Amino acid sequence: MVEQIDLSMVNWARAQFALTAMYHWIFVPLTLGLSFLIAFYESIYIKTRNEEWKKIAKFWMTLFGINFAIGVATGIILEFEFGTNWSNYSWMVGDIFGAPLAVEGIAAFFLEATFFAVMFFGWERVSKKFHLFSTWMVAIGSNLSALWILVANGWMQYPIGMAFNPDTARFEMQDFWAILFSPVAISKFTHTTSSGFLFGSLFVITISSWYLLKGRHIQMARKSILVAAVFGLLSSGYVAFTGDEAAYNDAQKQPMKLAAFEGLYDGEKGAGLVAAGIINSSKKVGDDQDAFLFEIRIPWLLSLLANRDPGSFVPGIKDLVYGNEKENIMGADEKIKKGKIAVEQLALYKKAKKAGDSAGAEAALTVFNQNKEYLGFGYLNAPEEAVPPVSLVYYAFHIMVALGSLFPIIFIAYLFFTLKGTIIHQKWLLSIGVVSMFLGLAAQQCGWIVAEVGRQPWAIQDLLPVTIARTNLTAGTVQTTFFMFVAIFTLLLIAEIRIMLKQIQIGPEGK
Amino acid sequence: MFGNLDTTTLQQLWWIIDSLVGSLFLFLIFVQGGQTLLWQLGKANVEKSLIINSLGRKWEMTFTTLVLFGGALFAAFPKFYATSFGGAYWVWMLILFTFIVQAVSYEFRKKPNNFLGEKVYELFLFINGSVGILLIGAAVGTFFTGSNFVLNEYNFVTWTNPLRGLEAAFSLFNLSLGLFLVFNARLLGAMYLLNNIDFTGYEDFEARTRKAVLVNLLCALPFLLYFLISLVVMDGFGVDPKTGIVSMVSGKYLANLLSMPLVLIFLLAGLVLVIWGVVTTSFRGKNNGIWFGGLGTVLVGLAVFFTAGFNNTAFYPSKAALQSSLTIYNASSSHYTLTAMSYVALLIPVVLAYVVYVWHLMDAKKITAAEVTGEQADEMY
Repeated sequence: MVEQIDLSMVNWARAQFALTAMYHWIFVPLTLGLSFLIAFYESIYIKTRNEEWKKIAKFWMTLFGINFAIGVATGIILEFEFGTNWSNYSWMVGDIFGAPLAVEGIAAFFLEATFFAVMFFGWERVSKKFHLFSTWMVAIGSNLSALWILVANGWMQYPIGMAFNPDTARFEMQDFWAILFSPVAISKFTHTTSSGFLFGSLFVITISSWYLLKGRHIQMARKSILVAAVFGLLSSGYVAFTGDEAAYNDAQKQPMKLAAFEGLYDGEKGAGLVAAGIINSSKKVGDDQDAFLFEIRIPWLLSLLANRDPGSFVPGIKDLVYGNEKENIMGADEKIKKGKIAVEQLALYKKAKKAGDSAGAEAALTVFNQNKEYLGFGYLNAPEEAVPPVSLVYYAFHIMVALGSLFPIIFIAYLFFTLKGTIIHQKWLLSIGVVSMFLGLAAQQCGWIVAEVGRQPWAIQDLLPVTIARTNLTAGTVQTTFFMFVAIFTLLLIAEIRIMLKQIQIGPEGK
Repeated sequence: MFGNLDTTTLQQLWWIIDSLVGSLFLFLIFVQGGQTLLWQLGKANVEKSLIINSLGRKWEMTFTTLVLFGGALFAAFPKFYATSFGGAYWVWMLILFTFIVQAVSYEFRKKPNNFLGEKVYELFLFINGSVGILLIGAAVGTFFTGSNFVLNEYNFVTWTNPLRGLEAAFSLFNLSLGLFLVFNARLLGAMYLLNNIDFTGYEDFEARTRKAVLVNLLCALPFLLYFLISLVVMDGFGVDPKTGIVSMVSGKYLANLLSMPLVLIFLLAGLVLVIWGVVTTSFRGKNNGIWFGGLGTVLVGLAVFFTAGFNNTAFYPSKAALQSSLTIYNASSSHYTLTAMSYVALLIPVVLAYVVYVWHLMDAKKITAAEVTGEQADEMY
């Protein structure tokens, strides 16, 4: 199918996608969360007619606008990068993957773009109620855009509602609703947006805490914190709930990802959850080394979370690579054999069809259909290639969970002392609050590392490895654009941070 | 409803929808055209502020339309998306870079401590409006002149020119279309500013803007004429509807225009409307030329896309391997996806309705110098 695979090009293309996605994800969660917080502040203003709330809404809106611009700048490239760097992917799954991107444009981006102008420049041009409506539309539009891109991403993780068409050599959509309401897509959307709400709340807390520590804009900071702490606390609970659902889906649909982020090499019944541990990075699947240098496990919890049954079997990396007959698990080694048959028969089918040999085509198609479920494995050379980078995924997952457990405590403390009226005296808490946004950002980035690195080597889980999904480019070409992106995004990030810091320094009163 | 339509009808419907989105984009690049006029028309800071704030309330609409154009092409014609973006790599990358830098420039330009300085952000806007639009025009030109790609039996693309798409900019035909688009965007931009800004007290600024409309039409005309004359005399990429075999057909695009009278009417009416927009602005002192020019541009855009894609024509032809050429029939999504997307497209009129309503609401009062220099100036671009 593909004669020569330039691994270094693939890795540069991977790095470029990771770079652009990670830059983009610095700004997006803030847009998701802060847009709702601004809508809350403005709603309170409309309800109370208290100008202080308007000032608060406008201040956060200024910071939102700066963040939004660079979010848009880093976002456009992601849509087109599917075509530029992953053109085989775009052809093979474009019939399915393109649809959510188009819906995102029609149903969400226009909502954001249209009402964004009203939100920023419409204070004196439209009625107060229409302005508030516009602010809510921006928040809803931002989160709707997340829905559609996460539906697309969810489909990559759990491809359903489609079939492979051997004549066109691509996957074709068969059930739009199955794709939209896939459990993976739903939990991706709910987990990602709620974590964005949480991050938006941390952003408000960080800046407001800094003001309180400096003794500036005290009333504005306290009011901002009150709303953010409530929103953040509610979001934290929802993040935990949806996170559990996401992990359950991983266990059911992407067991290799679960095994990797738990560092579970050997599957077991009544498996324990690693609460903390240092993973043995030199460990290879199938060798005799211990997986951990140090670990604390909570007994049975992994089985309970993965299968809702504390005594159930959770497959390890070794089971998934080499198989486990006792537990009826087919290994990647066996799947590769079947996958190679599928690849070979697909080629024979196309050859016979071209030659007008309908009997030959029929025979090849029959064998292909028996093995097509493993088509993607046919492009792997060794079963160990089905294992993602375990250490990176393990640490990313555990950092995310640890930080995710800390945030509700921070929100509760803020809420308690704000309601008590003594928040300004809690210097220790305010100091934690100042750094909390950066912890939130780390958790956000770790979450995406788990989701995306954890499903390597697949572009489409089990069906299309990234080595096949790529464009036929030289490594040098992709390297060049990689460094162009590093340069431009870094420049823009520096500019954004400097502008943001200056605006924070200026504060809600203006110059 | 849509499920009962045959695949061919759905493919044609989606070519019409994509052409409409693309043509609306060609109208909305008045934002980019306006950006290139910033230094030329805005002599004083307040004039520059008026231009930036006027365009700044629309830039996202253009940007979003571009994103939708990409998404809709991906959904309806994934083989084009894969072939063109993966193949003509550099031309698309450069276009995208110009839009990346545009996206921050309105917001960052006047903000204190903005690191790169006001002039650099203005330069970004200029590059987006000139290089970006020129390259888009050159890329659209390849719908008629062809590109250098080969598709294998699995439809994976190999580009045969090392410039990977940039070679499109070295064709006089493609370049002419690109330059026409740049000057057309500039005249639209000037007409939009005349419609959107209150020039009271800034009569010189108004006169400069009005003059720019005519000057840019005069600059656009030679490139338009070269493009049109070449189009009607050149050989085109025809497709045999029975076998799907692509071959060079003499006078193909002229034949397309003559055999699709509505498309010819779109082209001629579009050009007349653009010219009327300029005439009414430059010689009759009116400020509503943007609506004539805008509608005219949309009609011309539709005519160009329809000429490229309909009447058994390969809309993305390959010079390197004729049989790799893409038609709206061999490049499209499946019947199911086109059907599902057609239901989604029912939202487009709703979107257009609220965009028009909000636009009308926001532009009911023109932007004034007092607005961009007064108490609220800190909140402006």
